[in-house]
Amino acid sequence: MIHSLFLINSSGDIFLEKHWKSVVSRSVCDYFFEAQERATEAENVPPVIPTPHHYLLSVYRHKIFFVAVIQTEVPPLFVIEFLHRVVDTFQDYFGVCSEPMIKDNVVVVYEVLEEMLDNGFPLATESNILKELIKPPTILRTVVNTITGSTNVGNQLPTGQLSVVPWRRTGVKYTNNEAYFDVIEEIDAIIDKSGSTITAEIQGVIDACVKLTGMPDLTLSFMNPRLLDDVSFHPCVRFKRWESERILSFIPPDGNFRLLSYHVSAQNLVAIPVYVKHNISFRDSSSLGRFEITVGPKQTMGKTIEGVIILSQMPRGVLNMSLTPSQGTHTFDPVTKMLSWDVGKINPQKLPSLKGTMSLQAGASKPDENPTINLQFKIQQLAISGLKVNRLDMYGEKYKPFKGIKYMTKAGKFQVRT
Amino acid sequence: MQRFLQLPGAVGRPGVRGACEADQEAASPVLAPEGGPPPWYQALQPEELRWLQVPEQDATPEGSLEGPTPEASQGQGQSSSQPLWHDDLKEMLDTNKDSLKLEAMKRIVAMIARGKNASDLFPAVVKNVACKNIEVKKLVYVYLVRYAEEQQDLALLSISTFQRGLKDPNQLIRASALRVLSSIRVPIIVPIMMLAIKEAASDMSPYVRKTAAHAIPKLYSLDSDQKDQLIEVIEKLLADKTTLVAGSVVMAFEEVCPERIDLIHKNYRKLCNLLIDVEEWGQVVIISMLTRYARTQFLSPTQNESLLEENPEKAFYGSEEDEAKGTGPEAAAPASLPARKPYVMDPDHRLLLRNTKPLLQSRSAAVVMAVAQLYFHLAPKAEGMFEPYLKSFYIRSTDPTQIKILKLEVLTNLANETNIPTVLREFQTYIRSMDKDFVAATIQAIGRCATNIGRVRDTCLNGLVQLLSNRDELVVAESVVVIKKLLQMQPAQHGEIIKHLAKLTDNIQVPMARASILWLIGEYCEHVPKIAPDVLRKMAKSFTAEEDIVKLQVINLAAKLYLTNSKQTKLLTQYVLSLAKYDQNYDIRDRARFTRQLIVPSEQGGALSRHAKKLFLAPKPAPVLESSFKDRDHFQLGSLSHLLNAKATGYQELPDWPEEAPDPSVRNVEVPEWTKCSNREKRKEKEKPFYSDSEGESGPTESADSEPESESESESKSSSESGSEESSSESDEDQGEDEDKGRGSESEQSEEEGEKKRKKRKKVLVEHGEGSSSDEGSDSSSSSSDSEMTSESEEEQAEPASWRKKTPPSSKSAPAAKEVSLLDLEDYTPSSVQPVSPPTVVSTSLATDLEGLTLTDSSLVPSLLSPVPGVGRQELLHRVAGEGLAVDYAFSRQPFSGDPHMVSVHIYFSNSSETPIKGLHMGTPKLPAGISIQEFPEIESLAPGESATAIMGINFCDSTQAANFQLCTQTRQFYVSIQPPVGELMAPVFMSENEFKKEQGKLTGMNEITEKLILPDTCWSDHIVVKKVTATANVGRVPCGTSDEYRFAGRTLTSGSLVLLTLDTQPAGTAQVTVNSEKMVIGTMLVKDVIQALTQ
Repeated sequence: MIHSLFLINSSGDIFLEKHWKSVVSRSVCDYFFEAQERATEAENVPPVIPTPHHYLLSVYRHKIFFVAVIQTEVPPLFVIEFLHRVVDTFQDYFGVCSEPMIKDNVVVVYEVLEEMLDNGFPLATESNILKELIKPPTILRTVVNTITGSTNVGNQLPTGQLSVVPWRRTGVKYTNNEAYFDVIEEIDAIIDKSGSTITAEIQGVIDACVKLTGMPDLTLSFMNPRLLDDVSFHPCVRFKRWESERILSFIPPDGNFRLLSYHVSAQNLVAIPVYVKHNISFRDSSSLGRFEITVGPKQTMGKTIEGVIILSQMPRGVLNMSLTPSQGTHTFDPVTKMLSWDVGKINPQKLPSLKGTMSLQAGASKPDENPTINLQFKIQQLAISGLKVNRLDMYGEKYKPFKGIKYMTKAGKFQVRT
Repeated sequence: MQRFLQLPGAVGRPGVRGACEADQEAASPVLAPEGGPPPWYQALQPEELRWLQVPEQDATPEGSLEGPTPEASQGQGQSSSQPLWHDDLKEMLDTNKDSLKLEAMKRIVAMIARGKNASDLFPAVVKNVACKNIEVKKLVYVYLVRYAEEQQDLALLSISTFQRGLKDPNQLIRASALRVLSSIRVPIIVPIMMLAIKEAASDMSPYVRKTAAHAIPKLYSLDSDQKDQLIEVIEKLLADKTTLVAGSVVMAFEEVCPERIDLIHKNYRKLCNLLIDVEEWGQVVIISMLTRYARTQFLSPTQNESLLEENPEKAFYGSEEDEAKGTGPEAAAPASLPARKPYVMDPDHRLLLRNTKPLLQSRSAAVVMAVAQLYFHLAPKAEGMFEPYLKSFYIRSTDPTQIKILKLEVLTNLANETNIPTVLREFQTYIRSMDKDFVAATIQAIGRCATNIGRVRDTCLNGLVQLLSNRDELVVAESVVVIKKLLQMQPAQHGEIIKHLAKLTDNIQVPMARASILWLIGEYCEHVPKIAPDVLRKMAKSFTAEEDIVKLQVINLAAKLYLTNSKQTKLLTQYVLSLAKYDQNYDIRDRARFTRQLIVPSEQGGALSRHAKKLFLAPKPAPVLESSFKDRDHFQLGSLSHLLNAKATGYQELPDWPEEAPDPSVRNVEVPEWTKCSNREKRKEKEKPFYSDSEGESGPTESADSEPESESESESKSSSESGSEESSSESDEDQGEDEDKGRGSESEQSEEEGEKKRKKRKKVLVEHGEGSSSDEGSDSSSSSSDSEMTSESEEEQAEPASWRKKTPPSSKSAPAAKEVSLLDLEDYTPSSVQPVSPPTVVSTSLATDLEGLTLTDSSLVPSLLSPVPGVGRQELLHRVAGEGLAVDYAFSRQPFSGDPHMVSVHIYFSNSSETPIKGLHMGTPKLPAGISIQEFPEIESLAPGESATAIMGINFCDSTQAANFQLCTQTRQFYVSIQPPVGELMAPVFMSENEFKKEQGKLTGMNEITEKLILPDTCWSDHIVVKKVTATANVGRVPCGTSDEYRFAGRTLTSGSLVLLTLDTQPAGTAQVTVNSEKMVIGTMLVKDVIQALTQ
C-alpha cells in the first residue's frame, strides 16, 4: 500500500526518507515541489498529487510535509489517517514533533517507522505497543545511552501485540494513581456583519491522562449525555454500553489519549461568548481607511474570557496601519498583510478596543472586500455546551485513584465577517 | 549525531577501550536485567556466520579511527568517494564489542534515513546478522531489508539465520524471522519463502499467522507464478477465526486474488461478525472488499422502490432481538426462498449493513469513510439526509482552496426551492472573497443553482449581471460566461438582459466579457433587432483598438447580422471585414477572408453561401451546467480513483448488482459455527468485545471463540453441543467471576480463564470416567442433572416448557449449585440419583463390554497399562432436543480400524419416542482445516425403545477443536459436535526406561512443562495414581526403577509426536508433573488435566 515516506521541511529539504518496499527515488518529490509552488500557502497544497507512476499523498503538520508515495489504488483517507498517526506517534515519543527533534532522534524515528508498516500495510500503530518495542528517549535514557552506547530498542517482548487489550500494556505500575480528564470544547462559528450568528457548532473532545496501576476498568457517565450528537470513540470504549446506557465504559490505554470526540449539532442553540464590534471602512477617494474594533463578553456564564487573540488578513491594498490598542499588543505585517492583536483577558468594565487608520495604496481603487476577523479565546472551567461529567468509577483494581476533571471552552474556527 | 561521532575516536586507544569494557560490564545488569542476551534472539546462533568474519579489518591501521572527522564526509551522498569514513565503520562492525557495533549500526541507519547510500557496507553489516546483541541485530535487520535487493548474493548468507528463527519456540521470534525473510526481495529464495509462509500459516500463534498473511503479497510481488499456491494459503487463512489475522489476510486476498470472490462465501458471515473487533486498518480493507462482494451476491435494494417503502427503516435499524432472529440458523431458510418478488433483503446483506453501522463511530476517518461508502453503494437510498446540515458547509475564509471548492459543491447540491435564498445570500459574501479562483467557482455555482431551480433564475441572472461591473477580470469573465449559458437556455424571455448587456459594452473593458456579449448579441440578434446593428456600429468604430478575441467576435456579429438583416448592416459588415483584412493578426485576417467568401455571394461558387445562414445561425445546444464532480460516479466512493477521477492502477471495478441473486446457501456454514457467530454478538451485548487470543491456543483459536456463554447458549437452543455439563456450569461461574472482578483484569485473565476452563472441563470428564467405572448409572444421571442446571442458569427461555417439567425434582437444588463451583458437584451428584431410562442402561453396559473387548484386542496396549477405560459416556444429543432420539458418545480408546490417525468414537443411539426412527446417518460435516471424519454406517431403522451403537473415527489433527457434524434421520437433521479432551488425542506407546530417558532428553527446554502439586491422601497408592492418570490420558505406563516416580508415554494420533509424562512424588505428599512433548499446547493442557485429576 504505502511505498515510501518523505519528510520535507518548509524550505524544501528532504530530511528523512523511509521505504517499505523497493526504493523509490527521491526525485519523485519534484512533483510535490511543483505543486507546492503553485499553491501559494502550505495548506493549499493538494493532499493528493498524481504523477506518472506514483501518487503523492501529503499532510502538513508542525511545519513539516509528510509525503507518502503510493503506487496502486488505496483509499486516500487510509493513507492520510496513517500519516496523522505517524505525526501523533512522534509527538507522543518526543513531546514535540519538529524537524530538529526528528533529526536528533533519527534512529528511533526510523525504527518506529519500520515497525509501523510491514510491506506498506500498518502493523503496529498503537503507541503503547510501539513503546514496548522501541523505548522513547528520556533524558535519563539519553544519558545512559551516551555512556553505554546502547539504543532504545526494547529488550522485552512486545506482549501488547498479543494481548487481549492491544492498547494497554500489562504490568503498569504507579505509586500515585491518577486519572485526569479534560473536556475541551471548541466553538466553530461564523458571525455576519450585523453580529448575528450564521452558523455555530461545538466540537468537543475528552482528552485523558490516565496513570493507573494494573488493569483498571473505568466507567464515565454524564449528567446530560443526550447533548452529544455525533461521537467517535477511542477503540477502548465499549460501543454497546454507550448505545444502551449512554455511559463510557473502557479499559484505558496507559498515559495520554483521546477518549472521545463529539459534536454538538448546529441544530442546538450555541451560546456565543464574545461579540466583536467593528467599523472598517475604505473610501474611494482618500488613501486612508478607518479601522476600529471592540471586543466584549456576551454569554459567558459568569466566567472570564482569556487569551483573546484577534487575527485578520487585510486586503492587498493596505500598505500600513497605525493603530492604538486600549490593551494588549498588536502587530501588522506589511508583507503578508496580517494584523494580529493579542488582547489577553477581557475586562467587562473596560472593553478592549483597537482604533486607528489604514494607509492604502495611492491611486488604487478601494478593496472589494472587508477583512474577516478570526478570533481566538479561552474560557476556563466551562463547557459551553453544558456537558457535565457525572461520575467516574473504577472496577478491577483495589486502590483508590485520584480523579480530576477539567472543563475548557476555546474558539475553534471562529470568524466574524465585516 | 555529534554525540555518536565522538565515541569511536576514544575507543582507538587501548586504555580507554579497557575502561569502556569495564563500563559496559558494569552497566550491563541495568540494560539487560536477565544478565545475558535476552532470550528471544538466542535461537539465532552466530557460529555459522563466523566464517564470514574475514579478518579484513586488520588491514586498516587502527589509527584511522582517529583520523579524518566524519562530518567532512557526511555531507556527500556517494560513499565510494569517502572510503575513509566507511572503513572506520567497517572496522567498528568487525570488532567483537557490541557497543562499537551498535554505534556503527546507528550511524549507518542514520545515513539510510537521510537517503545516503550505505550499500558498500553490506558485507560488513551482514555478518552481524547473528549478533547476540538484539539492538545490533535489529538495526542489521533494518539494513538488510533496505539493501538486500541490491546485494542479492551476499544477502543469501543471512538466510539460514532466519530459517532457524522460523523454528523458534517463541512466537515473536518466528514472526520476526518470517517478516525479515519475506522482506528481503531476493528472487532466489522464493521457494524458501513459500515454504516458510505455508508453515507459518498453520502456526498455532495467531500473531505468526498474521505475519504469514503479510508475507503473501510480498512473495506475490516477487514472483507472481506462485499465485496458485498462495491462493491456497489465503484460503486457509481466510478460515482463521481470529481478529488479528482477518485484516491482514483480506489485504493479501485483495492484492493477490481479488477475483476469487468464491473464497469469501464461507467466511462472509464470520468476517461480518468479527469486523468490529478488527483493528482499524483491517476494517477499512475488509469493508471495501465486502462492498464488492455484496455487489456480486445480493440484489439491488433500490430495484423495487415501491415495495421498499412498505419495508420501513425499522427493518434495518431494528433492535438486537430482530437481528438475533434474522441471523439465527433459521435465517438460511428465508434466504433460500425465491427472493424476487417482493424484494426481501437477503439476511446476509442486512447483516453486513448492521454490523458496519457501529463503525461510523470510529475515531479513524478512513473507517468512517469506508462505512459511508458501503452504505452508499449497498443500502437503500435515503433522500434529504444532508439538508439539515447545510450550514456546516458554510465556507470560512481560512479554509484551504480545495476544501472551499468541495464545500461549494455540497452547498450547490443541497440547494433547493426552500433554502435557495439562504444559499444565495451566503454565495454573495463569497463573491467578495480575495481568493479569485474561489470567486469564479462561486459564480459557476450560482449558475448551476439558477439552472436547477427555475424560480431563482431571474434573481441569479440579475445578480450576475451586476457582477459584470466587477473590477476583477476573472469575475466578470466568469459571470458573462455563466450568463451566456443561462441565456442560451431560454433566449426569448431575456431580450431585456441582452439589451442590458449591450449597454454594458460601453463600460466593460474586460475583453473576454466584451467578446461574450458580442457573441450573445450576434446569436440572438433576432430578439434585439434594433440594438444589434447599433452595437455593430459602435464596435466598428472602435474595432482597431479592440483585443483580438473581441475582434473575432465583431466579425462574427457582423456576419450574423449580414445574414439576417443585410439591408441595415451590409455596409458596416463590409467595413469591418475590410478593417480585419489588414489586421496585424493573421488569425483575424484569415477569418475575415473566410467569412467574406462565405456570406457574400460571388459569381462562381455560392454553393456554400447558400448555406451560410445554416452555418452561422444553426441552433446551438444549450450548454449543460453541471458539477465538475459529475462524471466520477462510476468510481467507488472514497477511492483514490474517485478522488482523481482517473482509474488508478489496481483499482477494482465495483460490479453492478446481479439480475438474479446467486445462490445464498453458499454462505451457509454448519450450525456450531453459526451459534458461535451469534454468540459473538451476544458476547458484545455483555460487553466483551475483546478477542482473547493468546499464545498456546492453537486448536484453541477455536476454543477462544466458543466462550462459555456461547456454548451454553447454543445448547439452550438446540442442546446439540456435547459436553453440556461443563459449559453450563462454567458460564455460571465465569459470570460470577465477571461480576466480582469487573472486567478489569481481562488480559491477565484470558489465559487463566482458558486454563480454568480446560481444568474444569477435564475435572468433569474425570469424574465421569470414574463414575462410569464405579457406577454405571451415575454418569448419565449427573449429566442430566447438569443439563438441568443449564436450563436453570440460562436467561434465555428458548426451551420448551416440557424440558423443565421432565427434569426430576431432586435437581431443584441446582440453583444452589449454581453459585458453588463445580467442585461441589462430586458430593452433589450421588445424592441426586435419578431414574435412568432403560435404553441408556442397556447401551452403557454394552459400551463397557465393548471397552473390554477393545482392551483385550488391542495389540498396542502394553501389559503394564492398567485396564482403565476411556472417558465415560457423554451426551451428544438429548432426547428432548432429538425428538426422542438420544445420542451419547464415548472415546473407546480402541485404535480405529480404517485410519490409525483417527480417534475412534462410539456412538450410542437410543430411541425413546413412540415411532421408529429411520435412516439414521451422518450428514456432510463442515470441519475446520485438518479435521476429518470417518462416518459410521447408516442405521436403517431404530424401533421405539431400542438402542444401537456405531463406531466412527475422527482425526482431530492433534487439536482440541470440536468436530461438528450433522446427524440425519429421514425427517430431521441435528447439529452436533464432539470436542475431545486432550488426553484422548493420543495412543499409548510402550517403551523401556532407557528409551524413555533418551526421548525425554531430546524434548527439553520449551518442550518441557512442569507443574507442582500436592497429592491428596487418596492418591497415595500406586494403583489409584496410575488409574487416575490413565483415565485422564490415553497413555501407557513405562516401567520405572524408582518407586516414587511414575512414567507414561503416548503418541499423538495425527502427527505421532511423543508425549512423555512423568509424575515424581515426594514422601511429604508433594509431587511434580512433567510432560515432554513437541506439541507444547498438548503438553500444557495435559499437565493441567492430570493435576486436576490427581488433586480431586
